[in-house]
Amino acid sequence: MTIQLTHFSAAFVFALFASIVFGITHRETTRDMVRYGLYCFAMFLGGVLLAGWAMWLVRR
Amino acid sequence: MANSTTTKTRAAEPAQPTSMMPVIAPAVGWLIPGAGHIIQKRWIRGVLLLVSIGALFVLGLMMQGHIYKANGGDILDILGFIGDLGAGGMYIVTLAVNGGQGAVAFAIADYGTKFMIVAGLLNFIAVADAYHIAIGKKQ
Repeated sequence: MTIQLTHFSAAFVFALFASIVFGITHRETTRDMVRYGLYCFAMFLGGVLLAGWAMWLVRR
Repeated sequence: MANSTTTKTRAAEPAQPTSMMPVIAPAVGWLIPGAGHIIQKRWIRGVLLLVSIGALFVLGLMMQGHIYKANGGDILDILGFIGDLGAGGMYIVTLAVNGGQGAVAFAIADYGTKFMIVAGLLNFIAVADAYHIAIGKKQ
């Protein structure tokens, strides 16, 4: 069975699961885990969007 | 005299009873992602780790990613093998069923390769976390 993800959906799934693991393993309390997980997720996706727009600008 | 010797011997003993958990939890956690947390009764954390790392690895396989075998060649291949090895049981099963042959013809397959490597690396972090819980460094 194979799956075809778009570039963005692949980045989204990667960011989601990596952020969950980072949140659990890098913080002590549940509240801090959730906050750090959300922060990592935002940074992952923000980085993807920024890099995408940077490449679009370079290409023009 | 005898009492003095006994006292010294007792003072040298560790304050806490020795436990096998610092050995067992990382080993089990490497074999099955999140299991090192689950056997220490961190149920939610363990299940979340299992789902996250497992999903990354399985998605990587479904995206036709390539899985690295033990090799002594290119440094990137060796690093890929080390990353994949972190997935533990999933890596062993994939090798056993001859999976992860990889289709290098399109970009998504390359993403799949990276998904599996990252799943293994994330599992290394989870194993270290399970060890820290076992030795009492983390709750």
